[in-house]
Amino acid sequence: MVSSKKTEKIAFFLLFLATLLIVVPVGLIVVIIIKKGIGAISWQFLSDIPRQGMRAGGILPAIVGTIYLVLGALIFALPIGLLAAIYLSEYAKDNYLTRIIKLAIVNLAGVPSVVYGLFGLAIFVVFFKFGTSILSGSLTLGIMILPVIITTSREALESVPYSFREASLSLGASKWQTIRHIVLPNAIPGILTGAILGIGRAAGETAPILFTVAAFYLPQMPKSIFDQAMALPYHLYVISTQVPNVDEKIRYGTALVLLFLVLFMNLIAIIIRYQFRKQKKW
Amino acid sequence: MVRTKINIKNLNIWFGDVPALKNLSIKIYVNEILSVIGPSNSGKTTFLRMLNRLNELETNFKMSGQVEFDNQDIMKMNVELLRKKIGMVFALPLPLPLSIFDNIAYGARMHGVKNKKKLQQIVEQALQKAYLWDEVKDRLDVSAFKLSGGQQQRLCIARTLAVEPEVILFDEPCSGLDPISTAKVEEAMLKLKKDYAMVLVTNNVKQAARVGDSTAFFLSGELIEVDKTDKMFTVPSDKRTDDYIRGKFG
Amino acid sequence: MRKFKEFLIEKLILICGLASIFFVVLIFLFLLKEGLAVFKTVSPAKFLLGSKWYPISEPPQLGILPLILGSLLVTLGAAVISIPIGVASAIYIAEVAPLKLKEILKAGIELLAAIPSVVLGFIGMVTLVPWVKNIFHLPTGLTALSGSIMLAFMAMPTIVSIAEDALYSIPKSYKEGALALGATRWQAIWRVMLPAASSGILAAVMLGLGRVIGETMAVMMITGNAAVIPHSILQPTRTLTATIAAEMGEAVVGSEHYFALFAIGIVLFVISFGINVTADIFLHKRKW
Repeated sequence: MVSSKKTEKIAFFLLFLATLLIVVPVGLIVVIIIKKGIGAISWQFLSDIPRQGMRAGGILPAIVGTIYLVLGALIFALPIGLLAAIYLSEYAKDNYLTRIIKLAIVNLAGVPSVVYGLFGLAIFVVFFKFGTSILSGSLTLGIMILPVIITTSREALESVPYSFREASLSLGASKWQTIRHIVLPNAIPGILTGAILGIGRAAGETAPILFTVAAFYLPQMPKSIFDQAMALPYHLYVISTQVPNVDEKIRYGTALVLLFLVLFMNLIAIIIRYQFRKQKKW
Repeated sequence: MVRTKINIKNLNIWFGDVPALKNLSIKIYVNEILSVIGPSNSGKTTFLRMLNRLNELETNFKMSGQVEFDNQDIMKMNVELLRKKIGMVFALPLPLPLSIFDNIAYGARMHGVKNKKKLQQIVEQALQKAYLWDEVKDRLDVSAFKLSGGQQQRLCIARTLAVEPEVILFDEPCSGLDPISTAKVEEAMLKLKKDYAMVLVTNNVKQAARVGDSTAFFLSGELIEVDKTDKMFTVPSDKRTDDYIRGKFG
Repeated sequence: MRKFKEFLIEKLILICGLASIFFVVLIFLFLLKEGLAVFKTVSPAKFLLGSKWYPISEPPQLGILPLILGSLLVTLGAAVISIPIGVASAIYIAEVAPLKLKEILKAGIELLAAIPSVVLGFIGMVTLVPWVKNIFHLPTGLTALSGSIMLAFMAMPTIVSIAEDALYSIPKSYKEGALALGATRWQAIWRVMLPAASSGILAAVMLGLGRVIGETMAVMMITGNAAVIPHSILQPTRTLTATIAAEMGEAVVGSEHYFALFAIGIVLFVISFGINVTADIFLHKRKW
């Protein structure tokens, strides 16, 4: 028994080390970016257009472009995703069709992001002739975040106790009335969480917007959804690999803004989830 | 003259391949309480949920035979209308996650009542009929979950009454309640009898005797016997009923 | 009127329910539409097995073997690093860590999953790449190894969270049974929990590696992008994904090059489809 206790100690220690190997670098990455990037953050950096071939000035057009893209993606994906989630949680029977839908969602989540880029290029830019534009990019990102929204919304809907549905139906409410007045209102925090996670994901993706929206260097604000636009992740890619002699501070600063944006979204999602669990009524 | 409200003829129900009710024929009368007793898995809840067609929510539900409500086949009726006319109170108090007022008004709203005054009237009447009005009239806008268990159950009765049903189904309504709350719920039921037909499914044989005008005894999906409660509890015609009532099994 | 409205809404719900199928099919069709044209000039065998990728020479040489091998090499490297560490960490989090620490560790791993790949690529460029260069005394640190390390990190959140779920979903009675027989916790984990969770862990590994194969930006930024058949993990390589991302910008719509890049997209789509379907089968396989 003594030796097996010893084995256990060693094994647990190794498991712990493995976990540290993941978590410590994550902490380091965040700390490095904050430490080196915080110096670049100034009002001018956030509110000015890029100047001198992106070697000076700010990143405002990239921030604005990302916000447009993300909002566009959400406007497209949230209604479809939510209704799809309602279908799966409230209407779908346990049959082959449902199985295929679930498999399709898993696959949609697994399609490489660059393939989304190709798809967006082929269908929105070329086939529908939207051109390289915010519209094309938003639609592409929208399809990409659909699985996130469906999955989280469905979880939220299914967490509403089944008995509420029965109580509502037993009072003579129709199925849709029950969904609309009982199920949906109680699932809103979860649905919101899904939407925010979707936003975070869309904001950070580069490959899907490479050929659908992204402008290499466009020091002005987009005027319509048919314009090209800069976007933060693509901008970071460009200034770190395509433009020589960019001040390191600008790179770190851009990375910091992007990281902050994405983590901030995730933080909000976590807070909503936490608050919701705390005040759950049943 | 007692009037038949619900007439069930040769009803069989299966979930998948498992029979839940076998060849059941029984009548439910106006202004009477029918108590349904029997051990668990005897089909009594399935019977109850057949009457307002909640069984259909199970995907593998199958049935044969007929259930008539006021001489109409319920399977051919509009299901929402049927459920409005045949209300149900569940085993555990099951308030909706809404305020007290909104809980009671919910059914009426779903059936298209929008007028505020009318809704207030409905809510007050329903709460009074369920003997809850005096206890909650000052706090109608608090969450229904703030009420005690017994109050919640009476709230559910009031909510059912608010949609003006003709029949009320009680599915073990006191199983989660203490004796005092149980007494209050039973009192409410007895007083409601003058306006409705009622079915009470219960595991509590004494409750069936206290409340029911007639009592039906179910065993393994079959109706063993149904009779006036007095007769059933003194001279049951089937030995199995006698055994169950005396607590030999179940 | 109300009936009619509800009828419409319920139809709309059904249509949206089918949307995922629709989009998966649509993606595949559009990839085929643009990608199959390349096989008018190269045979599928030559495309997949050709060892020269010179898409803009005259005539273009469109063999993607170097890219496939590049992807494989980088993925293999990432697998070697991420599987043991990821599974070990999943076990630690699911079975060993005290509750408080568990929450912190899970948050850390979720944080990693949330960091955009272009940020990880950037960090890899400025930290990892110089390290690799100095440690191995290489002319450049932009190598398959750097890519593998970075990708291993990106695979870990997937591996850890799905493997942890798999361990978590095993009935408590399994472990309690083993402990009741006098096994240590480690023996219970090693002999009982791991075998019971094996299909879930396998799925976790597959999905993690699926993420690796599909990853684009970080890989493009740190593997050096040389489209030649790799001979060592310390050389620059180029993956399927990076090729598309790097070259689509210059490819003229309707050119051979453009078609070829879409054909690569088909290859990637098929790979990810295969991985996801297989992983799904493993995830739905229950031994209890």
